[in-house]
Amino acid sequence: MISGLRLRLLPAPAPGAARTPLVLVATSLVGTAAFIVTLGLGEVSVAPIDVVRALFGQADADGAFVVTELRLPRALVACCVGAGLAAAGVVLQGLTRNALAAPELVGVSAGAHAAAVVVIVLLPDLPISALPACAFAGALATSGLVYGLSWRRGTSGSRLLLVGISVTTVGYAVVLGVVSTVEDLIHASQLVTFMAGSIYGRGWSEFGAAAPWLAVLLPLVALSIRELDALALGDPVARGLGVRVEAARLRLLVLAAGLAGSAVAVAGPVGFVGLMSPHIARRLVGGAHGPLLATSVLIGATIMLLSDALARLAFAPIDIPVGVVTAIVGAPYLLWLLVRGRTNPE
Amino acid sequence: MTLGAQNLVLGYGGKPVIEGLSLEIARGKITVLVGANASGKSTLLRALGRLLRPEAGDVMLDGKAIASLSTREVARRLAILPQGPVAPEALTVRQLVAQGRYAHQRLLRRWSDEDETALAGALDATGTSDLAGRPVDELSGGQRQRAWIAMALAQQTDLLLLDEPTTYLDLAHQVSILELVAELNARDGRTIVMVLHDLNQAARYADHIVALRAGAIVAAGPAAQIITEANVQTVFDVDVRIIEDPITGGPLCVPATTVRGPQVSP
Repeated sequence: MISGLRLRLLPAPAPGAARTPLVLVATSLVGTAAFIVTLGLGEVSVAPIDVVRALFGQADADGAFVVTELRLPRALVACCVGAGLAAAGVVLQGLTRNALAAPELVGVSAGAHAAAVVVIVLLPDLPISALPACAFAGALATSGLVYGLSWRRGTSGSRLLLVGISVTTVGYAVVLGVVSTVEDLIHASQLVTFMAGSIYGRGWSEFGAAAPWLAVLLPLVALSIRELDALALGDPVARGLGVRVEAARLRLLVLAAGLAGSAVAVAGPVGFVGLMSPHIARRLVGGAHGPLLATSVLIGATIMLLSDALARLAFAPIDIPVGVVTAIVGAPYLLWLLVRGRTNPE
Repeated sequence: MTLGAQNLVLGYGGKPVIEGLSLEIARGKITVLVGANASGKSTLLRALGRLLRPEAGDVMLDGKAIASLSTREVARRLAILPQGPVAPEALTVRQLVAQGRYAHQRLLRRWSDEDETALAGALDATGTSDLAGRPVDELSGGQRQRAWIAMALAQQTDLLLLDEPTTYLDLAHQVSILELVAELNARDGRTIVMVLHDLNQAARYADHIVALRAGAIVAAGPAAQIITEANVQTVFDVDVRIIEDPITGGPLCVPATTVRGPQVSP
């Protein structure tokens, strides 16, 4: 059923690595298991079987309220955030042909975050459902800026990345500037937590704000998979194959901005998920973007679920920002990538 | 399928690399562009393949200015393989070659039997069928180049443009790639335009040679007429002697100057 879903949703240009369906089934199972187990963990611990019963609406199950009302929405938000960042990472890495491209590195997360923080501080009464649109606008503005600045008779990957790093720095400066004007200390500390990337206290309204974006944007990315595959071969090759390179790149950049923007709007700029998930997926299913996108989305959601569970439990009852956990896991992973890159001729 | 250029001016923003060049590509033949570094041969090929927009003049494909055709239309009539393409990590040969079908597909009409036939044909023609499941980045240079050529073949075009297809390959692989190109021309009558660095390889495989110097055509015609000591002196600035290729009877060119003097076998 899972592979059937993939074929319908993500028709790769051609059947690729034979083990893709197996990997998708395995990652789905691991993801589902992580979902059920982590829902049961916490101050009130609930057995997996009771979690399942609660999820299927048996209100008399032990801990049903804790599971469905307190933990479930937060876990769903974690899945949305992880999936959105991972998908954005797949798109950005493909179109920049740079394995280090991730939403937080090309300025997309920073733009989304800056816009979200500015809106939160200046318009505190704005409903949460409007936040993804604001973050998307910020992500779009910065990715447009990055694209514009790095465009010179075509866009080279390395230039895109360098401009992205500069824009990220400016974005964080804006955030720090705005946060420092907040006089209410509790509000300021919430914003600082948001800066690190956190889904503490996120509930149904945040899920309702982020999920529709994912539901619309993921199929749109799936429809652009062939362009993404072609762009990954380099601009001249892609153009020779018949791809309108600049138009396709712009479209994919907008989609990546939307995916990252909706994730950042509810969770802040959680680091490394958008970088790590596509890498792990690439090792499992190879470089064709159809299988890669599907696998990355599942892995991204699972990483966020597990990281957030760690964030909740490691220093319970203190909830540390999930971005701290992903950074602790992700930073060594990035270093390992760099070291491996140095010994590997490619 | 006809391809040509009229009063072409090409450049990258600064001083034009090519100014006022006109050219007709012979149908069903192998045309080789030769010239020293920076003579404009790759630039010309890129313009012929619509990878570079002319600053003035037109590239004409089947009587129409190529700039007026859509990228997809061009890709269905003409395949171009740029120099030294790099495949992304962990992409299989089959996945690479399948991308040659892009211009034949539509948003909702995905992989068809026709695509599968074209893919199998391209793999077969390049001898890469056995490599289909292998990652491109794990292949030898020669195998990799075959896979890229297979991708271009999967476009099923009568015109095939290759920019230095033998760069970075050792001699054995250079020969095997050029033999493959000759075979593709002989078997299906494909029109092939390629840039080659090596004049002797050009002499052997070209029906038609176009020699460029500083963005202008110095000489164009069959190898035997073009590869003369005077032309090579003009195009490459080297003093050479032309002898007969012992295998083909065509021209073979050897540099005339050396500080080492004649080597006499004992």
